[in-house]
Amino acid sequence: MADGERTAFGDLLRPIADPPVRPDLISLSASATAAASAAVDPPHGSRAEADRLGASLKELADADARVVFVGDPGRTDPGLALPGNAVRTAKYSFLTFIPRNLFEQFRRLAYVYFLAIAVLNQLPQLAVFGRGASVLPLAFVLLVTAVKDAYEDWRRHRSDLVENGRAAPVLDPAGSGQFQPRRWKDLRVGEVIKVLADESIPCDMVLLATSDPTGVAYVQTINLDGESNLKTRYAKQETMSRLPSISAGSVTTLIRCETPNRNIYGFHANLEVDGKRVSLGASNIILRGCELKNTAWAIGVAVYTGNETKVMLNSSGATSKRSRLETHMNRETLLLSAILITLCSAVSICNGIWLAIHRDELELSQYFRKRDYSGGDEKYYNYYGIAMQVFFIFLMAVIVFQIMIPISLYISMELVRLGQAYFMIRDKNLYDESSNSRFQCRALNINEDLGQIRYVFSDKTGTLTENKMVFQCASIRGIDYSEGKDPSPNGSDVYCVVVGDQFWRPKMLVKTDPKLVRLLRSEGETQEGKHARDFFLALAACNTIVPLIVGTPDPKQKLIDYQGESPDEQALVYAAAAYGYVLIERTSGHIVIDVLGDRQRFNVLGLHEFDSDRKRMSVIIGCPDRTVRLFVKGADSSMFGVLEKSIDLDIIRATETNLHAYSSVGLRTLVVGMRELSRNDFEEWQSTYEKASTALYGRGSLLRAVASSVENNLQILGASGIEDKLQQGVPEAIESLRQAGIRVWVLTGDKQETAISIGYSCKLLTSEMTHIVINSNSEASCRKSLEDAIAISSKFVTISSRAQNTITGSGSARVPLALIIDGTSLVHILETELEEKLFKIATVCDVVLCCRVAPLQKAGIVALIKKRTEDMTLAIGDGANDVSMIQMADVGIGISGQEGRQAVMASDFAMGQFRFLVPLLLVHGHWNYQRIAYMILYNFYRNAVFVFIMFWYVLYTAYTLTTAITEWSSVLYSVLYTALPTVVVGILDKDLSRRTLLEYPKLYGNGQREESYNLKLFILTMMDAIWQSLVVFFIPYMAYRDTTVDGSSLGDLWTLAVVTLVNIHLAMDVFRWNWITHLSIWGSIAVAVMCVILIDSMWFLPGYWAIYHIMKTGLFWLCLLGIFAAGMIPRFTMKALAEYFMLNDIQISRELEKFGNFNDFTGTEISMSTFSQTHPGFIR
Amino acid sequence: MNNVNGSVVGSSSGSGDGSAPRRNSKRPKYSRFTQQELPACKPILTPKWVISVFTLIGVVFVPIGIASLMASNDVVEIVDRYDNVCVPPNMTNDKVAYIQNNATDKTCIRTLEVVPKHMSQPIYVYYQLDNFYQNHRRYVKSRNDAQLRKRSQANETSGCDPEKRTIDGAPIVPCGLIAWSLFNDTYIFAIGNKNLTVNKKGISWKSDRDHKFGKDVFPKNFQSGPLIGGAKLNATKPLSEQEDLIVWMRTAALPTFRKLYGRIEQDLNAGDVISVTLKNNYNTYSFSGKKKLVLSTSSWLGGKNDFLGIAYLAVGGLCFFLAVAFTIVYLVKPRKLGDPSYLSWNRNPAGH
Repeated sequence: MADGERTAFGDLLRPIADPPVRPDLISLSASATAAASAAVDPPHGSRAEADRLGASLKELADADARVVFVGDPGRTDPGLALPGNAVRTAKYSFLTFIPRNLFEQFRRLAYVYFLAIAVLNQLPQLAVFGRGASVLPLAFVLLVTAVKDAYEDWRRHRSDLVENGRAAPVLDPAGSGQFQPRRWKDLRVGEVIKVLADESIPCDMVLLATSDPTGVAYVQTINLDGESNLKTRYAKQETMSRLPSISAGSVTTLIRCETPNRNIYGFHANLEVDGKRVSLGASNIILRGCELKNTAWAIGVAVYTGNETKVMLNSSGATSKRSRLETHMNRETLLLSAILITLCSAVSICNGIWLAIHRDELELSQYFRKRDYSGGDEKYYNYYGIAMQVFFIFLMAVIVFQIMIPISLYISMELVRLGQAYFMIRDKNLYDESSNSRFQCRALNINEDLGQIRYVFSDKTGTLTENKMVFQCASIRGIDYSEGKDPSPNGSDVYCVVVGDQFWRPKMLVKTDPKLVRLLRSEGETQEGKHARDFFLALAACNTIVPLIVGTPDPKQKLIDYQGESPDEQALVYAAAAYGYVLIERTSGHIVIDVLGDRQRFNVLGLHEFDSDRKRMSVIIGCPDRTVRLFVKGADSSMFGVLEKSIDLDIIRATETNLHAYSSVGLRTLVVGMRELSRNDFEEWQSTYEKASTALYGRGSLLRAVASSVENNLQILGASGIEDKLQQGVPEAIESLRQAGIRVWVLTGDKQETAISIGYSCKLLTSEMTHIVINSNSEASCRKSLEDAIAISSKFVTISSRAQNTITGSGSARVPLALIIDGTSLVHILETELEEKLFKIATVCDVVLCCRVAPLQKAGIVALIKKRTEDMTLAIGDGANDVSMIQMADVGIGISGQEGRQAVMASDFAMGQFRFLVPLLLVHGHWNYQRIAYMILYNFYRNAVFVFIMFWYVLYTAYTLTTAITEWSSVLYSVLYTALPTVVVGILDKDLSRRTLLEYPKLYGNGQREESYNLKLFILTMMDAIWQSLVVFFIPYMAYRDTTVDGSSLGDLWTLAVVTLVNIHLAMDVFRWNWITHLSIWGSIAVAVMCVILIDSMWFLPGYWAIYHIMKTGLFWLCLLGIFAAGMIPRFTMKALAEYFMLNDIQISRELEKFGNFNDFTGTEISMSTFSQTHPGFIR
Repeated sequence: MNNVNGSVVGSSSGSGDGSAPRRNSKRPKYSRFTQQELPACKPILTPKWVISVFTLIGVVFVPIGIASLMASNDVVEIVDRYDNVCVPPNMTNDKVAYIQNNATDKTCIRTLEVVPKHMSQPIYVYYQLDNFYQNHRRYVKSRNDAQLRKRSQANETSGCDPEKRTIDGAPIVPCGLIAWSLFNDTYIFAIGNKNLTVNKKGISWKSDRDHKFGKDVFPKNFQSGPLIGGAKLNATKPLSEQEDLIVWMRTAALPTFRKLYGRIEQDLNAGDVISVTLKNNYNTYSFSGKKKLVLSTSSWLGGKNDFLGIAYLAVGGLCFFLAVAFTIVYLVKPRKLGDPSYLSWNRNPAGH
């Protein structure tokens, strides 16, 4: 073990591996660590890691272990304390639905407010509205949500029912040895269950036996982690051989395993059979949700059932975040509450004063009548003294003016977000052909945040790149072979294996270097040829790939599909196959490799799985020539430490040069080494290996120690370069994002050279950029390099600030800066006082590239920005290593790609390709933000107008809160008269077309600068609301002064005036009128008119027939017309002035859209065609 | 598994044959709706539009304003406040005692101002109350519409507090403060010696008479309490014929209001002097409310009120002004619409 390496990476990894990590995150962080390094395969690492952690964290003491008696559920679980296998994803049952659903809903503070008001209204002294009218809006909102929840739950119930009703064959506990079908929900821990090929596994089971004599079973875990490749699981030989006696119940077998937990990559247990103890690991358990593949049957014993299965423990719902806009909205809601309280206080105080002034008159005035004489004792009627009166009036005022806080806004926002999500999901531009996946909205309440992003933190592998590894070149004994040429498409020159009369050929074609091919096939024992053969043998043997033979339409031809957990290994095995070393069979004990037409069998004597400490893996192979060889492959940093330097120094040097060249063109590199083991070496290794692999405690670390002890003094065979292809459209997408004023930071586990080269190829880095590189391994040097960096950057910034007066956007005159920092430095910087310095330097740089970062560091970097600025952050990634970052950022996006679904499960949105970020942010994000922002403002305005109108009237009713507008109209106002248009506009209105938004990415700044929703706009809107309310109230007031008009008629006039006015207001702000918009706005007015007519047709209401009377008068219509004109003139004038003179980008672009043809015609500026060429992916 | 999202279908890693036909593609179906490409009109406030809108409003509003003013001008209105003068001089210090004393004669003779212009029939007779909060919360609620409509529902007095039942517990019909406070001044008009007939039929809404006030509902136990609020009702006439009550029960919107008393169905000539013999019964002294008698003709716009005409002229004038102002502004500072050089990043490119 090389000490230097150990410390460097040990330090780097310490924050992750330390025990305080939450147990449920272990699997994530562990596998993430693995994926973070360039040349590694995540699940392997994670498994080893998890084993180790499992061992260190959990002692399998009897107290907390679960003891399972195989085939004897009664003894396993005598008290029936363990849950059955029935799963329950449904939240509610028939009985609990109402209380639980109500409880869930009332966790919203707003609902509690409305409930409190409805309750207040039930007190007889305060009854402002009728009982029905006061409860109706809240009841409506609750009902809508409840119906939605009930429907969703019903669907869950149905799928639960299907799931629980499936049948699985279970071993008869009586000992007959027969399997009888049993429903899934009746399965119990300890029962022995048989699973047939292509069937789902009903619960988490420890494998006892499989159809394969060596005990191998293949499972597909796509439902669990989304990885579509097959995983191998093993039954222990101890149980395989004793299966008949276990079935007959004649042998007591017991399994002691850890208590249920969420870690899907870890399992820790031991098995006691015939008094012999065997340890079990994650490779011995098959999990619910997986499917058995390529295995005729498997028999296992249930260890975790029902809701204790790992898949159920992992099925947490989407995280709930709150959008920035909603946070701001709450600020304004508080302001509105303040206004509300002011209004209420004003009314109640005025009422008190009025009562005090008229104190002496109240006894006799006909309209007050303080006393009730009917009882004979002349008691006060409904009068409790001035103080109480003031108090009651205050509460009543709160009831009357309650809609100042718009309840309907909450439901409208939900509907609008639902609609927006619908359009995002349905957008064909966000559909990924290659993975056949649509956009997914997993969080429904942060749609509008997509329009305000300032920082994008992106993973590299699988996010910027495809994570489809392709072998590109090899360096064998220091000689570079990179002249590969692509295989011809018809596959004529592809290497095939002849099996009987069939041709088997690898599924994926790899380009081959003819020189190397010639070398391999050359007869005679040249030193070069021997090394090349060893190299490819190592590639074919040193892995965990499982070859699957798949049929093709041509019966003579079969495809070999290499299934494995690491794309790098797949690439290497395909490469070996292309050069004639075809892996064609793997069992747990041996592999068969077709070596240039000669089928050879190799015994796999030992396998040291990959782990992130060693960063390498090795196999010990017994070759047909009876030699025992150790093949090792791993990251160059870890391999150079264990190579035998004394003999091959020049070769190592040459290889290093080649490696440098590879990584500078963005290739991922691996170094392969070999050692022939002497008999002594082998036996020594074998004994320690067996001891370690059956150890009960700390097996992982023991195995690692064994591996480290044998992996040394290696002879270098060569190195490989694997290309990780850039995803389609990534450079263009990054350019668009950058133009939009979004800073893209790339956080990768790759090494610096690879990261920089990828940075260049995706146009993140450009040649004119000044690079600031921070590579330090101590706190002091970090401090120094940061200070230097600040000095450099401040020099550039002072230059640029003189040249540039806008804050955002990178000016052309400015020298762009790129910061490149590695994980080792970050260890010393994050969470120390140096963070502040890093923040300072990072925010002046245009590009930040972090390489060699661990998963938790990714989150740390996101937190660095999130803690210090108000700016919105977005994290995008595809792997388990990105989970922490995705959860930390304001918006988390998962790429549903190659690396499993952990990232998707943790994300708020999921999509197929990185380039979709551009239409998502620039188009949908912009729209969503603009729509929701407008909708919130409009809702505030709409309800405020109404409240103010009522308030003005209250001033003319001796402050007694009489409303001229009928209570039904005031209830229906925000629910029915004006609700639909805001929702429709919130879903459908577009300020600018998709094309324009993509063409001018800078328009995105609208959301970043919060231009559509801010305090200034809110105040302006409120002032407009007050003006309009004054107009609506006082025009009829003045016109109907000193006339015979009755309250109901005037109330109807006010109702229709305000409803029409707010709808006209909305109509004036609509950007695009399509038929739905027309229908909803004009329809709403019509509905309001009809409702008013309907209400006035009720003989039992005081306003009976009032509308018919007032509509017959000319005064009514003139009032309405006057109100519309006078109410709208200020807004219209301001709008006209602002649009003409304020030179708002959005406005200019709208004009450009409308009159753009004209411009093109006259030949000025922009030609659209060039742009659509640069963005073929988005503009259709 | 229902709970684990298994939406990735089919594509195994490293597969090179993406061309194979996929059975269940999730590609969203194209429609103009789902792609948010519905045909739409995109209005923009161009100078042309702005000026036309303002001009149009001006063109519509100014004539309406003039017409309204003319209509209001044509209306002849005679208003006479009498509550303060119809009190005997010795009682001016205690008007409430005067009005509450049933024994005193409340007759008062007023001579109205000379008819200024010819008043063509029908001439509406209103009484106007100032400061009477018919919209007071305690007041407006104090009624029961069911009881007014159906004889069988006479006992339905909920909401009528504090005029629900008599001291004996018998239900009052019509119950409630509104009915209880029915206005009860009466007027007799004469020109010289010739009395003018006041038609009190049809002063209420037909809809109220037909559907709201029952033809078989007769007043019962009305105005029998210790405190008399206003008029007594003829117990032999059904409520549907008690038009003063029906008018009164259409509660006014504002604290100063008029109620129709009747119609004089003959023309009055300029110079006519009308004398009114009135009974000053109604107590407004207790809350310092005013009582006025109003004679008024009507126009298509209603009574005499210049407000609407002035408002329309003002709005129309403002719009004309704005139209002119915008025209000037657009001419003085023209801006080409949709010129990309106005975009912020084109306007001040960083560093020059």
